[in-house]
Amino acid sequence: MNLSMKTENTCPSLVAKDYRSDTKPVWCPGCGDFGVLLSLTKSLAELQLNPKNVAVISGIGCSSRIPAYLNTFGFHGVHGRALTIGTGLKVARPDLTVIVAGGDGDGFSIGGNHFLHACRRNVDMTYIVMDNELYGMTKGQASPTSAPDWEYGKLTPGGTHMKPFHPLVVGLASGANFIARVSGTNPNGAVPIISEAIRHPGFSLVHVLSPCITFNREQLEWKKMVRDAVVPTTNDAGKAARYLMSDDGFNLGILFKGDRLPYDLKSEKTVDGPADLEAQFSV
Amino acid sequence: MTEQSISITMTGSGGSGVMTAGNMLLDAAGRSGLFGIMTRSAGPQIRGGEAAAMLRLSNKPILSHKDQFDILLGIDWKNADLFASEIVLDNNSITIGETGIPQAFTESAGRHYELSVAEIAKQIPDGRANMVALGVAAKLISIPLSAIKEVLTKSLLKQKGEGAVRSSLEAVEAGMAAASAIPSIPAPTADPEAAANNWSITGNEACGMGAIRGGIRFVAAYPITPATEVLEWLATNLPKLGGKLVQAEDELASINQAIGASFGGVPSLTATSGPGIALMTESLGLSVASETPIVVIDVMRGGPSTGIPAKSEQSDLNIAVFGLHGDAPHVVTAPLTIADCLMTTQWSVYLAEKLQTPTIVLSDQALGQTRAVIPGVPDAGYEPERAIAVNPDKTYQRYADTENGVSPMSLPGTESGQYTADGLEHTQSGRPSSKAEDHHRQMNKRLRKIKGFDFGDNWAEASGDDDAEIAVLTWGSSFGAISQAVEELRQSGQKLRLIGVRLISPAQPERMKKLLNNVKKVLVIEQNHSGQFYHYLKAYYDLDAEIKSIAIPGPLPILPSQVRQYLRDWSQI
Ligand SMILES: Cc1ncc(C[n+]2csc(CCOP(=O)(O)OP(=O)(O)O)c2C)c(N)n1
Repeated sequence: MNLSMKTENTCPSLVAKDYRSDTKPVWCPGCGDFGVLLSLTKSLAELQLNPKNVAVISGIGCSSRIPAYLNTFGFHGVHGRALTIGTGLKVARPDLTVIVAGGDGDGFSIGGNHFLHACRRNVDMTYIVMDNELYGMTKGQASPTSAPDWEYGKLTPGGTHMKPFHPLVVGLASGANFIARVSGTNPNGAVPIISEAIRHPGFSLVHVLSPCITFNREQLEWKKMVRDAVVPTTNDAGKAARYLMSDDGFNLGILFKGDRLPYDLKSEKTVDGPADLEAQFSV
Repeated sequence: MTEQSISITMTGSGGSGVMTAGNMLLDAAGRSGLFGIMTRSAGPQIRGGEAAAMLRLSNKPILSHKDQFDILLGIDWKNADLFASEIVLDNNSITIGETGIPQAFTESAGRHYELSVAEIAKQIPDGRANMVALGVAAKLISIPLSAIKEVLTKSLLKQKGEGAVRSSLEAVEAGMAAASAIPSIPAPTADPEAAANNWSITGNEACGMGAIRGGIRFVAAYPITPATEVLEWLATNLPKLGGKLVQAEDELASINQAIGASFGGVPSLTATSGPGIALMTESLGLSVASETPIVVIDVMRGGPSTGIPAKSEQSDLNIAVFGLHGDAPHVVTAPLTIADCLMTTQWSVYLAEKLQTPTIVLSDQALGQTRAVIPGVPDAGYEPERAIAVNPDKTYQRYADTENGVSPMSLPGTESGQYTADGLEHTQSGRPSSKAEDHHRQMNKRLRKIKGFDFGDNWAEASGDDDAEIAVLTWGSSFGAISQAVEELRQSGQKLRLIGVRLISPAQPERMKKLLNNVKKVLVIEQNHSGQFYHYLKAYYDLDAEIKSIAIPGPLPILPSQVRQYLRDWSQI
């Protein structure tokens, strides 16, 4: 538990809308990201976090616009690098609650390498990926999670013919310490899961099915397809892997909760100031 | 006290320990009160392979090698001819070593002394040829045995035990004995007492120390030659001050980690070389637009692409100044000497923090990987002075259009200070905006804070004759050889002015004008192929004088003799 979660620093009186800024989202009607924004503000209220102690970091994309809609600190960076900004911030300021958010293109394509290493490094932060299986902001190209036969990707007419990236399996294999799937179509169901992800030490991955009905009308069906996972949360990576490899991608819940210790750079001050380092240069 | 110096190169093949011997010779010379530099040259192999340790020792602090080496000492001659273009000898030079000296050297050197350090080493239990060579070199240039003994004890006792110290010492003494057959060579002498204030330091270590003095407490690291030692030195020293260093997965990560940490209020840095700076350019722009200060040290090497990793070149000026897309005002500095790596890096941290913008420090391999014995460098006193928002209220605007362009920054954890930092163009409060008025206001503000800032006297180092009609303009490590050449010519009566520019960007045309008062001819010397600094001067400075470019690409260092030649030719025209 970081300092911002300690009772003396929390704000019990706040409600979800206190975590919203007055900036109006750019999202299209029906976008799943509205649900994520609602869930996240409800989680922050549930955790009673003081907005001044929370930083939400993002990359570029429709989903990555989310920091501006919150009343917390935020950083809207460049495409694909959200996790790295979050890593630097959390290592430098362990007292804060750091949440990284963005899209599937941002996180798994241009930022794919950082995703792997963020899972491995296990810095205590939460990564919320709003997956719409396409690039929304650039108006409808295929993303790493697009179905191979999705015909309407504007740069891949006829389909990508590539195996979709499996964020949860890759995340698990790379060492993510908490793995969950939620849906933007069921904001209330996502709240306790996002709260638990923020509370859980280490790197928590929350994969959100967040439909983009502007560029893929079929995703209107997601609302009906999602269901709660019937398996209990496990700390056994083998079990979790088998489950994740065989489920159809619509089971919601906390699917893995590991117990690795979070990344911690020990740096005890042992000298008073820079002058104390000079002796090593004496001839 | 007139300057006396001696130059010696030791060569050897893989595993011969030539670098160890060179470092020990430099350290022993340092202990005996001398100043000096040691550069290293090696083949492409990571371990083993031919190598040369090149030293120049002097009774005064020095910035560069001389034109020739006085002594070439071969631990063996295998592949030593690969260094023929770097190790220049003349008929006053001597070579020492076993039979089979490469022809390149027999042709140029005056005398040759046959002496096999390997054979001598064989006579000593656990004797090593490099330690015999150390003894030979020490004897020839009159470094006392006591200084060698101190260095051996310091570097071997803990790791390898008393036995190793004893056998090494025996080998050194055998080398000294063997060298007594060689006529002694006039060598500089010094006062051992003076050594107490001297430092042995590389440019890369100096950048690391300058960063820490400047207040850097977060570093993100991705290894690359020849910048790695900046990061490795920080990895062990930064934590002692409570700072943190993270090894990142690539340079895209390292620069953004630095941005993230700085957003959190901690002065942050990363160091890299050409290929890394190329990867970082997008996020340098993010640092500009979001006004999040960071320092990026680029220890330049031969380019483009992978280029020549372990050799120096000053060819990243263009990317550092112009590499960012959009109009992106930022600061670029360049240290002139190894000692100056301390001040320039410390100052650069100050500038980044003060102006809330990225500062790129253009060091180079010749500074970074050369070890020098120099007078200890005092702390320049620069500390981070970031404008922080204190007690912000509801009206707080992160990107407020202030008079000097610097807007107080609210740090996470500050009551009512919440805002979203953004690389998208934004309003004063930070809300994304594509309106012309917001774009223009923010661009003006970002330019004003840098243009309007008084950079003071640090911007350049000027020396020489006030009434000279010829000036030499340079930057970076070339300053060393050029200073040497200019001093030599001035001693022979020529009037010259030398200007080493430390603040590359923003340009300081008014200040330059004052320095070039009376000057009719300007020679611009730099180590790259296209004259990047020359073209930059032509574009951003208003120079009345006749101006000529001397651009000599790496990998070989610019020599004082070349500079003297150019200056003679130029002054006769
Ligand atoms: C370096 C770089 N390349 C490309 C882009 C253009 N771009 C902006 S957003 C985006 C993809 C966004 O997709 P995703 O991350 O899935 O987010 P979504 O918009 O779907 O929420 C791209 C390619 C960019 N901004 N920067």
